[in-house]
Amino acid sequence: MNLREIQQLLAAEILWGEEILDGVEPRYACGSDLMSDVLAFTKERTLLLTGLTNAQVIRTAEMIDLSGIIFVRGKRPPQEVVTMAKERNLPLLMTELPLYETCGILYSAGLEGCSGLPSRRR
Amino acid sequence: MTTPGMVLHFSVEGGDFAAAGEAASKIKKALRKIGIDAGVIRRVAIAAYEAEMNIVLHARRGRMTLEVAEDKLRVIAEDEGPGIADVDQAMQEGFSTASDLAREMGFGAGMGLPNMKKCSDTITIETVKDRGTKVIMDFNHR
Repeated sequence: MNLREIQQLLAAEILWGEEILDGVEPRYACGSDLMSDVLAFTKERTLLLTGLTNAQVIRTAEMIDLSGIIFVRGKRPPQEVVTMAKERNLPLLMTELPLYETCGILYSAGLEGCSGLPSRRR
Repeated sequence: MTTPGMVLHFSVEGGDFAAAGEAASKIKKALRKIGIDAGVIRRVAIAAYEAEMNIVLHARRGRMTLEVAEDKLRVIAEDEGPGIADVDQAMQEGFSTASDLAREMGFGAGMGLPNMKKCSDTITIETVKDRGTKVIMDFNHR
């Protein structure tokens, strides 16, 4: 499942990365507002779902090569955060849905979590 | 550790959240440039970023150093700050003395030092109350 399909499933707004959505295919997803947990528990090619919109989210993504970030609960990052993402070629989406429901939709669609447990497709 | 072939220093300002992560980012880029294994780079980047955040969150100022030797990488994070009162306690997951501001940034959950320990092959912490802390982390890369 690529980021374009994910964006469509969530009816998410594209904050940055329109041209690269088709080519980005996350293997896992992680929902968290704690960046230390994101650093500790994610794997490569993970998509982050978070309600945190500050520069540290982009830094965290840079350190562990996250595939992209979806801001939940309609949280819109400030322009400087979007600029940081652009400089790092990191796609950003935003959905009005809360974290739990965003995770549920993607998990049901087959996107695995980072624990190693296989996702059950509908 | 054999004599380092490359040594890089980066200064870090306490409380400067806009710049927090720049030193770790430069360390990551330097390691990528010299062709270090991606898995090792990931471990170093996580540990360096956590160490840098600790300086920004807790100290007045500090310095990050990367030393590259043939067999090992070393990251040193040293600061002028409050020191760590009880290192064993600070190494426990979930223990934190961080401010509400740190939590708003997505840190301060008591995972910093445990993450640094998990990512490095050896970690040494030297700390003096009201003076500062020096964290030395080694990573085998051969």
